[in-house]
Amino acid sequence: MSNALKDLLFKMADDALIIGHRNSEWTGIGPMLEEDLAFSSMAQDKIGHAQALYKILNEVLGEADADTLAFKREEKQFKCCQLVEQPIGEYDFSIVRQFLFDHAELIRYDMLTQSSFQPLAQLAKKVKGEIKYHVMHADTFVKQLGKGTEESKARMQSSLNYAWHFALGIFEKSEFENELISENIFAGEEELKKRWLEKITPIIEAATLKVPVTDESKIIYGGRKGFHSEYLKPLLDEMCEVVRTDIDAEW
Amino acid sequence: MVEQTIDHRQQTIENTVWEILENVKDPEIPVISVVDMGMITAVQLQTSDFRLRTCSITMTPTFVGCPAIDVIKKNIHEEVMKLGFDEVEVKVDFETKWTSDRMKDSAKMKLEKFGLAPPVMLNDDELTEAQLNNVRCPHCHSTDTTLRSAFGSTLCRAIRFCFSCKQGFEQFKPI
Repeated sequence: MSNALKDLLFKMADDALIIGHRNSEWTGIGPMLEEDLAFSSMAQDKIGHAQALYKILNEVLGEADADTLAFKREEKQFKCCQLVEQPIGEYDFSIVRQFLFDHAELIRYDMLTQSSFQPLAQLAKKVKGEIKYHVMHADTFVKQLGKGTEESKARMQSSLNYAWHFALGIFEKSEFENELISENIFAGEEELKKRWLEKITPIIEAATLKVPVTDESKIIYGGRKGFHSEYLKPLLDEMCEVVRTDIDAEW
Repeated sequence: MVEQTIDHRQQTIENTVWEILENVKDPEIPVISVVDMGMITAVQLQTSDFRLRTCSITMTPTFVGCPAIDVIKKNIHEEVMKLGFDEVEVKVDFETKWTSDRMKDSAKMKLEKFGLAPPVMLNDDELTEAQLNNVRCPHCHSTDTTLRSAFGSTLCRAIRFCFSCKQGFEQFKPI
């Protein structure tokens, strides 16, 4: 059971850390001050969530401490989905990614409030309240820009189409899927994907955008098994640059 | 009888610990103590031979990624050590979930005076758009205000605008 738990916690923590890092790249360059603050705050939240998950891995499941897990692992050891690794692009891509990712994350945490693994259930109850603000933020802008000008609508649709098959990669199953379900730890990626589609479809429609057509063969898998896009390595190099200058330094 | 005396003594010390914790403020909102915020979830004492051995304090963070946690932990440790314990342990966990409903009414009044609109009660835990409206401006007390951004200068603050006094203000987010 502990390998199944570790796999689940690593993918959640790595998703949060990497999207947190990407969000932080908007600090100072947001299209308006409020958005600069929003992405910076969400970055701080996400990195906090990653830290709390790494702490469970450390304190309950015997893995290394949070800093080691965040800064001293190799690219192939990361279990994040490829959606979160993608560069921030322009604002429309970042907001669409946030919309697709955060809805999945909120539903995942909502499901985990029922988890038989208490440390995760407790954390999930807390984190849920924070991510609600992220989702609210994404929904507001998806609707406003979807219904905005011709240009904003076209940009949103094009980013949605581009991000769609990356987003479906969030739900890549692991070898532990059945174990997680039968042990009542987590109700599974399939269930999560179903609820996610039910949740986001009416919002996309309310934004007068089209839900992209899913082509199963185009879904971008691999992240959960350590296969990443060309963008993760440079991100890790930058994120870990200071730590690597003196790997044993005390902070 | 002796046991009763010890119990009584234990209670008195525990009360003293709660009192001294009033000196520890949230560094981002220096008018409110960690007790007023509802962040302290347990105080446990170990005494023996009428000596203060260890004091264990459990706190629950307002936001998971709150950067002030370590400072608060350190400040709690320093304050409680002043009472003469051999050891003070400060634990952070999520066993009791912090929500803004845990904030005492007196704390909410202090927040408003400080210029920060206090959070509305959530009760059932589900945040709705309606709860984000009808917030009173801490400067002119008008409720004709609107949410500008759910994200502000710290994780716990949102930015609002008051139509009555035409001022921007911050609100402690209901969470």
